[in-house]
Parts: sequence; structure tokens; C-alpha cells
Amino acid sequence: MSSFLLRRLLILLATLLAASLVVFAVLQILPGDPAAIMLGTGARADTLAALRHRLGLDAPLALRYLHWMVGMLTGDFGVSYTYSVPVRVLVAERVMVSLPLALLAIVLSTAIAIPVGVLAAARRGRAADAATMGIAQIGVAIPNFWLGLLLILLFAIRLPWLPASGFPGWGAGAWPALRALVLPALALALPQAAILARVTRAAVIETLGEDFVRTARAKGLTRNAALWRHAVPNALVPVVTLIGLQFSFLLAGTVIVENVFTLPGLGRLVFQAIAQRDLIVVQDLVVLLAGSVILVNFLVDLAAAWIDPRQRRSGA
Amino acid sequence: MNRRIAALAAGALLAAGTALAAGTALAAGTDAAKDSLTLGMVLEPPHLDPTAGAASAIREVTYANIYEGLTRIDHDGQVRPGLAESWSISTDGLTYTFKLVGGVKFHDGSPFNCDVVKFSYGRATAPDSVNAQKQLFEPIADVSCPDQYTAVVKLKRPTALFLFDMGWGDAVMVSPKSAATNKTDPVGTGPFRFKQWVHGDRVVLERNPDYWGAAPKLKTVTFKFVADPSAATAAVLAGDIDAFPLFPAPEAIDQFKADPRFKVVIGTTEGKTIVALNNTRKPFDDVRVRRALTYAIDRSALIDAAMSGYGKPIGSHYVPTDPGYVDLTGTYPYDPEKAKQLLKDAGVAPGTEITIMLPPPSYARRGGEVIAAMWEKVGIKTKLVPIEWAQWLDQVFMRTDYQATIISHTEARDLDIYARDKYYFNYHSDAYRALYEKFVQTVDAKAQLELVGELQKKLAEDEPNVFLFALAKVGVANAKLRGLWENDPVPANDVTGVSWAE
Repeated sequence: MSSFLLRRLLILLATLLAASLVVFAVLQILPGDPAAIMLGTGARADTLAALRHRLGLDAPLALRYLHWMVGMLTGDFGVSYTYSVPVRVLVAERVMVSLPLALLAIVLSTAIAIPVGVLAAARRGRAADAATMGIAQIGVAIPNFWLGLLLILLFAIRLPWLPASGFPGWGAGAWPALRALVLPALALALPQAAILARVTRAAVIETLGEDFVRTARAKGLTRNAALWRHAVPNALVPVVTLIGLQFSFLLAGTVIVENVFTLPGLGRLVFQAIAQRDLIVVQDLVVLLAGSVILVNFLVDLAAAWIDPRQRRSGA
Repeated sequence: MNRRIAALAAGALLAAGTALAAGTALAAGTDAAKDSLTLGMVLEPPHLDPTAGAASAIREVTYANIYEGLTRIDHDGQVRPGLAESWSISTDGLTYTFKLVGGVKFHDGSPFNCDVVKFSYGRATAPDSVNAQKQLFEPIADVSCPDQYTAVVKLKRPTALFLFDMGWGDAVMVSPKSAATNKTDPVGTGPFRFKQWVHGDRVVLERNPDYWGAAPKLKTVTFKFVADPSAATAAVLAGDIDAFPLFPAPEAIDQFKADPRFKVVIGTTEGKTIVALNNTRKPFDDVRVRRALTYAIDRSALIDAAMSGYGKPIGSHYVPTDPGYVDLTGTYPYDPEKAKQLLKDAGVAPGTEITIMLPPPSYARRGGEVIAAMWEKVGIKTKLVPIEWAQWLDQVFMRTDYQATIISHTEARDLDIYARDKYYFNYHSDAYRALYEKFVQTVDAKAQLELVGELQKKLAEDEPNVFLFALAKVGVANAKLRGLWENDPVPANDVTGVSWAE
């Protein structure tokens, strides 16, 4: 198990290094000068040069990369060009929006998808199965931003129950902040839940056909007991793997959904930073997001190993 | 692309939704003795120091609210006294003597006096200055202080627009004590002081109890940032936002017009929207081609199709609301036959392709489609290339590697850009430069206006760019709100005179 962890750690570091190199290189090729964006069309050449110097953009490329890397290793993530605020502070502020949003979405989608998927599998071929899988088919096809607009229309305008957009901040209290996250979390969760429900259904159907389930029934368990005690736990591995994958999708999905709901999260930050050529913020965020995706995948592997002891042995 | 689909979907849905919601009472403007205001803006300012960045959003939060300059530009575009209560100009136009308001304090308690004037202008002209409009200060030779409340500014040469220029957001007074930290903790002399900034969501200002002038009626003002047009519509409808002065969803305006809870305010901006042509590239080096491309455009049809009918046609680089405007829209009226003839005379074969770069704003993206169709009718093929803002600045503006682009010039009274040595449309006319120099040196106000007219006419004659229309300021607000600017002579949301009707 320890060599398993060590190998994982090395992969993590190598991936982060590769990600940092790629994002740094891509941002150099990308046309656009941060100083010109900040100073606009009225700026004189000497003003632009003064600002570039102030931002450290006049240093050689290799030196800038090295400076960034050394900074990150010592915990200094640099200062945003546009906001003049340390990136660490920006990220800390925004994680407090994106992380609760992603978690809420994962919880919602799992809470909806697993019961629906299992029930559809248990009633395979009957009306309930056809109906739920029909709805799930629609859910898979709906893009999350469009669903977000529908939700705003229904629950913020037609029925003024929830705020249409924005985020009051956790300082305004947990309830107002959570209220602001409900609609975007639903917009993210429902399409994911649709996919997850279909996978759950397929996995459970597959295990229901296995010998051990038939044995369980033969030894006298009821249909429901056999389903929940034997079929569902054994169907969980692909489901958990998918939830892990979906977490990465959610991080990407927040870029669009946070823009629809104007939520000040990481997704909006990265979107704006690219448009503004706030290079240091983009670089830091890409490395951070790459790191969290790798970390989540690692946790998923651990969870799968915990659920299915066979994987522990073959994975070690 | 997602954004566009989203906007279309929202438009259709909102239309359907409001039909259903008609008659439903929503929570908006129920508060009787309201002394707070939530104002919507599309873009969040990157920071709050107007002396160190070009973003309009900085001024839309801070101008006249947090910071003040010696002069200020009012809602009608006129120069009014600010921190200078009066001034006199020497007959040669070289010496400006400002009498400063006495006893003014910055929000951090530091005093405002002539030393601050000297500091603020000195900072803007210094070699390491990052002022986005450094050229405004370029004529200043020296600032001296005969006494604490008198500032004498000497110029290198007469400068016709000097008082106007010193009213820009870039020329506000900053305290030596706090200038370095104004980006995140703005300190000015204005009637509102900075309270809180929730990044990505809102900036909150509160009334400055020690303000030297008339106290504002509002106690708190919240600037809320909503980029998505459909989200903006939803937030106003839901009453989360009281006013959205530069409303991003013109297609939703009719819905607000029909709703008595809201009012729609249509004003003008300084946004001179043009098809900029690279004058050194063939075939745009031939004035006949530039004129032909203008004859080929039906401006009012363009405004209807691309801007939902909001916008005023212009025939030169000047907007109808500014002093000295001359209507030149009749110089090249819509005439496709004449356009074809001129193109033929200039040797431009039918089927010639022109590439138009389209930056993100909707006037460019939507306008580009309409203009392509209009040019098609006179035998010009077009290739539309949507590009993001950073790329526009780099490729079109800095490197001038383009044929044509659609862009709105939002700086006020910026006839000087056609007199510059190197500017991205590469217009070069000695006659225009001489005329502009004459204008700058003219002190007499009446003679100035006449020259402004001459300048406009010269541009219309040479037609370096295809002048299209002045961008409208389309705003929606709660019907009970009073005192917001109707027009946009400078980027600002001056809330000092805003109040709620009973």
C-alpha cells in the first residue's frame, strides 16, 4: 500500500509540473498584453513600458517561469495583475463559493440518482423504469447553463423564492448564502444525476443477474433484501468511479454555471482572468484545478479499493 | 457561442415567462423611506484607482462618488467646478489659477490643499506613471502654490480642452498618504466613501458624514456586477437591482416599457461606433473605396437590426450631444448604385473579399452580420472574424495587422486621435493636423466650436473610417428612482443626486 501511495504522489508531482509548463507556454503564445488591457487604447508607449516593468513582464521567459515555480514552492502564488490582490487571497475567497457549490451538486446528484437508478433496475422493463429513464434521457441532453436559465425563470422570477443571481457572501449568514447556491447547484446536479442514474441502473441490472444474487434469493432473502444487501453494494464501484469523474466535470461546469448565476467562484475567476490576461492568476488556477482533479481521482481509487477488496490487491 | 445561445434562449423564455407572470405582484420597490440603492453593472472594475487603469468600470463606481477632481464633468457634458471653486485663465491661455475649496478632508482625514494638486498631477506625469491617459497631463509644465488654497498650473502651450480634461476620472485628486493603496482601499474627497468589496459580486459605498458639499440623500450604494444579459434582466425583474444604467439586453427593453414598476431611460453615450479601416492597406488607401463602403450602408436599418433601434447615426467622429456638433450624416447617404460605381472607378472588382475583425461587444458582433449583408449587395464579400478583446488590442490596435474592424470609441471629444502619428487606422492628413493644432491653440470658446465643426467636416470628407452611429445608453430603473444621469458624457454613475420618490 505504501508503494502504491508513493507512486501516486510521484504521478501527482509530474502531472503538476507538466501542467505548469503547458499553461505557461500556452499563455506566452496567446496574443494579448496584460499591460495594454489594463491601460486601454489611450495609453502611451512609455506608460505601457512602465507598467510592464512594474508587473515584471519585461524579464526573460525562463526567469519568469523559474520565479513563478520558486514562489509556488515557498507558498507565494504571486499578485493578480488586475486586482492587485495576492492570488492566494483571491483563491481563498472564491473556493468558499465553488467548493460548497460543487459539493452541494455532488450530494444532490447522488441523492437523486442512486435511488432512482436502483428502483429503475428493480422494476426493469416496467412503466416506472421507462418513465424515469425517459426523464433521465432528457436530463442527459439538457446543457446545464440552459437548465440554469429555466430554473431562474421558474424559481426566481415566476415564483420569487430564490435569488436570480449573485452571492451575498458567507458573511451575510449561512442561510442567505445557501439560498444563493441552490439553483446553480441544481443546474449542475440534474444533468449529472441523469447520467449517474443510467449508470446505476445498468450496474445494478448486471449484478442482479449474477450467481451470488440468485444464491441470496435461494437462501430465502426477499427481493428487496437481496437487492439492497447484495446487488447494490456490488454495483457501487462503477458508480463511485463515475462520481469521481463527475467532480472534475463539475469543476469545469462551474465556469459556465457561475457565469449564468454571476457567482464569484473559481470558474468565474478563471474566465475573467483569461479575458483580462491576468496571467499569474490563470497559471495558478490551472495548476490548482489540475491538482484537485488528480487528488479526487486518487480518493476515488481509494474508495473503490475500500468497497471492493479485490482491487486493493491488484492495485498494490 | 454558449453565451449567444443562452441569450437567445433567455430572450424567448423571458418573453414566454412574463406573459405567464403578468399580473403577479413581485417584491420590488415596496420600501417606503428607502435610502439605499443597488445599481447593476455588466463588468466588475479590476480595481478602484482611476489614475492607474483604463477600465470604464472603475469610473462607473468611483467618479464623483468617491473621488473628485479640480473640475468635474456634469450630466450634460459641461465642465463645472469641483474641488476648485473657481478659476481664471491668462489671456495667452498658458496660466490657469485655481481657487481651491477650503477645509476639505480626504476620507482618511488627510487635508486637501495645493500640495495635493501638485502631488496628483506630478504623479500622473512622472516617468514611472501608469496613468492610462498620461497624454492629458502632457501640456502641464509646472504647478505652484502661492498659498494653501491657490494652485497655479502653467502649461507648455495653450490647450483648448484643458479644463474638460482635468474633469476626467483619470485626473482626480489623490492623497499622498493613500495614493499607493487606492486600488483596493480607495480614498477620495467625495460624498461617498468605500465600505466593502465582495470580489466578483459587489462594491458597497456609504455616505461620507464629513463631506464638504451638499450631503447626498442616499445612505448606502451597492454596485452589483451581473455580466450575463439574461441574468441582468432577471435581477431587475426580481427587484434585486434597482437600476441598470447600461443595460445589456436591449431585446428585453419592451418588456420593461410595458411594466409600470419600471422606467426605461434612453440616453446617449460618447461611443462613436465605426468600421475602422486600415488606411495604408489596399484598397482602403483610395478615398473612393472608403466613400463607397459608406454609401453602401443604411445606417438606420443597421441600428434597427443590430441595436434594437437604439442609437443615433453619425457622419463624422463626433456625437450629437457634444458642443460644436455638425450633422454630416447626409455626406454619403445610403446609395448602393453610387457605391458600386465608385468601387468600379477605383478598380475594385466585384467579389473582392474584406476581412472584418469583430471584438466581443454586441454592437460589433451583431453589427458585423448586418454590414456584411449590406456590403454583399454592392459586390464586396466579407469574412467575419470574431476575436476577444485582448487579441483585438494586440493584433488590431497595437500591430495594426487587419483590414477592417468594428469598434466604438468611447473617449469624449477625441478628435485628436486622427492627428496622432501612429494610430491603428493609419490615417495621415497634414491638413487635418494643421487644423487640429489650430484648434488646440485657440482660447476663444466660440472660435473653438467653429474649429470643432471644421475638424468634423474634414473627417467626413476624407472618411478614413466608416462612421456608423453613436451608441445609446439604454437603461432600466425602478420607476420611483430619481436623479440618475440620462446620458454618459464620461463613464460614470454619479449617484450624488439620486433619491427615491415617495
